[in-house]
Amino acid sequence: MRNLFIFLWDNRFFTLFLILETISVGLLSTSYSYQRSLSYSLTNDISGSLLKTYSDLSDYFYLKEENKQLLEDNANLRNQVAGSFLATDTSTVYLDTLYRFLPARIISITNKMQMNRIIIDKGKIHGIKKEMGVIGKDGIVGIVIGVSDHYSTLMSALSRNANFSAMIKQNGQLVNVSWPGDNYLYGEINDIPSHIQLLEGDTIVSSGNSIIFPKGIIIGYVVEHQKREDKDLSKAKIRFSVDFNKLHHVYIVKNLMKHELDSLIMQTYNE
Amino acid sequence: MNNIVVKNIVRFLLLVLVQVFILNKLNLFGYLSPFVYVLFILLLPFRTNKLLLLVLAFLIGLTIDVFGDTPGLHASATVLMAFIRPSVISVFFGRIEFTQKEAPDIKKLGFIGFGKYAFVLVMVHHFSLYFMEALSFSRFFDTLKTTFLSTLLSMVLIYIIVFLFSRKK
Repeated sequence: MRNLFIFLWDNRFFTLFLILETISVGLLSTSYSYQRSLSYSLTNDISGSLLKTYSDLSDYFYLKEENKQLLEDNANLRNQVAGSFLATDTSTVYLDTLYRFLPARIISITNKMQMNRIIIDKGKIHGIKKEMGVIGKDGIVGIVIGVSDHYSTLMSALSRNANFSAMIKQNGQLVNVSWPGDNYLYGEINDIPSHIQLLEGDTIVSSGNSIIFPKGIIIGYVVEHQKREDKDLSKAKIRFSVDFNKLHHVYIVKNLMKHELDSLIMQTYNE
Repeated sequence: MNNIVVKNIVRFLLLVLVQVFILNKLNLFGYLSPFVYVLFILLLPFRTNKLLLLVLAFLIGLTIDVFGDTPGLHASATVLMAFIRPSVISVFFGRIEFTQKEAPDIKKLGFIGFGKYAFVLVMVHHFSLYFMEALSFSRFFDTLKTTFLSTLLSMVLIYIIVFLFSRKK
């Protein structure tokens, strides 16, 4: 034992190197899988408030663009309020308030890594919890994986292990959308049954099967569909509807029934 | 001596600020980004205690990690870079005598000498960074390409920063 310590001390440069690398790789591996990243995130109020100060300043540069987008957003919402429909129009169904949307601002975002993270300026005190969905004006953005008092971290849709339950809008066929990890503009669908032929421009929307996102939120549009004769499932490339490079404001999706649904699922598991 | 400590602390803070608030937002062609904060490790004095070198590298890596929420990713790359720094110096500049205060900068090593030294270390750092990030060799050549192009980009920016600051003195 004593000899071991002497050996370690004699090679202390190498020993310290090994120790520090082990710590780093340990940290890295805890954040690698989605499940584990839920229990581990570096989100904290110190780095958060610094990033926020910066984005407060830099946001001035995007004011014009932002205003334009807010106007568009407003116009869309106006189209949906009751007054916009004829009184005789019975085709509109008013959904019960299953989802609430909470606006938030992005204070830090990456899109060139394999696991991209977004930090937003809403946290525990605003009622944000892990596993809430986040959408932008144009579509799905990500899922909350870390929460501090005032800030939260999202796993962006641009994460190699992110998998979104989606469907093809035209026929309701369920598929999974993932991100291959190279270009932030394009995603991938891996499990398209052989009898389905997708066309360029087909819309892929959220399925609503996961209780994270409401049904029908746009994820992207099909760019190309490679059909393979020898395989049952084929692949398609999609273009994300959200431009992650121009994202500044998002909405957090609160599912008001999540608690009930979760306990229901637990109940089934326990029996 | 004190002067050197202060200078390095200021350099640490400035480089972290530039990296986190300017360069991390940059995104060329969708996937390239420069990491110039490693300049801090490059410019530590020659005679820096080796253990201190590792600890400082770990610190700056972890700081960048906290801001990007990439736990351990940059830290592992900077520690590896700091680990091979003494060997790189002795291989390239084994015959040059250094005083306590001197740092391996352009003034001491020359334009080419500094370039060689910086390129090797920056390359090692970026290589480690991108491969740790991918956590696989499945897209080996893509990752290699990204590593190489990012290294070039970082080197250009490192030279620009070094020139900007050496003129003032």
